[in-house]
Amino acid sequence: MRDIGPLDFSVAAGECVCLSGASGAGKSLLLRALADMEPHLGRVFLDGVGCEIVPAPQWRRNVALLTAESAWWHDRVGEHFSRVDESLLAELGFEKQVMGADVHSLSTGERQRLALLRLLAGRPRVLLLDEPTASLDPLNTERVEHLLRRYREEQDAGVLWVSHDPLQVRRVAHRHWHLEDGHLREEILST
Amino acid sequence: MNIIRLDTWDLSLAAMLVLVLAGLSFRLQLGASKQLLVAALRTAVQLTLIGLVLKLIFANVHLAWMLAMATIMLLVAGREVMVRQQRRFSGPWGYGLGTLSMFVSSFAVTLLALLVMVKAEPWYTPQYAIPLLGMVLGNAMNGIALGLDRLTQGAWQQRRAIEAQLLLGFAWHEAIAATRMEAMRAGMMPIINAMTAAGVVSLPGMMTGQILAGTPPVEAVKYQILIMFLITACTGFGTLMAVWLGSRHLFDERQRLRLDRLQETR
Repeated sequence: MRDIGPLDFSVAAGECVCLSGASGAGKSLLLRALADMEPHLGRVFLDGVGCEIVPAPQWRRNVALLTAESAWWHDRVGEHFSRVDESLLAELGFEKQVMGADVHSLSTGERQRLALLRLLAGRPRVLLLDEPTASLDPLNTERVEHLLRRYREEQDAGVLWVSHDPLQVRRVAHRHWHLEDGHLREEILST
Repeated sequence: MNIIRLDTWDLSLAAMLVLVLAGLSFRLQLGASKQLLVAALRTAVQLTLIGLVLKLIFANVHLAWMLAMATIMLLVAGREVMVRQQRRFSGPWGYGLGTLSMFVSSFAVTLLALLVMVKAEPWYTPQYAIPLLGMVLGNAMNGIALGLDRLTQGAWQQRRAIEAQLLLGFAWHEAIAATRMEAMRAGMMPIINAMTAAGVVSLPGMMTGQILAGTPPVEAVKYQILIMFLITACTGFGTLMAVWLGSRHLFDERQRLRLDRLQETR
């Protein structure tokens, strides 16, 4: 177990908070702890209900983490989806035939975008995004940002977004925190 | 029984063959001649010792002796299961998991065989109990070691896919299901192969031994079939149990994949 903190923060419904910090500062670890994937001493609440009294799978469906690298366990893309929203597919630049594609034939960026759709299909209440656009070109970055904004507004979802790109932070964030030496520092967002 | 006794000369002649082989491997620089001689020496010493022990136990038929012997066999097999894993559970689980599964499956199967099928008088007659337990335990040991090794290796290699499934809200047993099935299959494969080839490709050792000792072949075959089925049941149930318990222990109470519970050896 590693020590990052003590940290005390909250993300409101419908709010997007960006998180930055040097690599190794513990951003990913923090997101994993929030999704209850790491043993942790801190306490996490969703709408006032503590993480520890919610069954773990249910907690993770509500507080959904998108990892920096996507992982796939079946051969075909479609086998990973319980349901497919074709309009969302189109919004990220996919035809619906992509569901029949071999996972290994896709690029890292394509897999990353599909992993986002796979996560959103569960209708999570909170999104923890670990550099969701790191492997994307500018066009697809814009598509993802747009889709996430729409999801956040329609579902009134809270978003905690790890990003290294100051321009992106300015585009998507309501608030911006910087994690350093176990402290969260609130950065001023220049508009 | 019309048994032909082996004298010292017969054994020495066989030992000579091993010595010649060791000499040849030395000349070919295989680097195996020392290992070969040590292993041959171990065979001779270990088997002689067990022969003496068996002689002692056969002469003093007593439940306490049998239990002591069975316990030692179990503990040694448990250690063997543990050292055969590349990534094993750290702490008491490393030894306990395989040993417990072997204890439950092999002792249950052996007791069933002794009490219901063989019906010797008394039921713990060492002439039946020790070879039965030995064969059952030895095979269960192989299956459980293979199954657990495949489970922990699989979980290690597939950790990102397993965690991705947990993150999507799958329960631990869904996330580990594919790895677990693979491990259970791997543990049962050797015994399935052995049954498939029995009598066609290989003559099982026990049956061969009985025939050499003068038992009518059909009687020996009946024993061999009984043993094969017992071994299969024991290996199968033991492997299922060990892999199931092991897969459960890979996750904690919050259904997190806890690979920190494994330690790498070698």
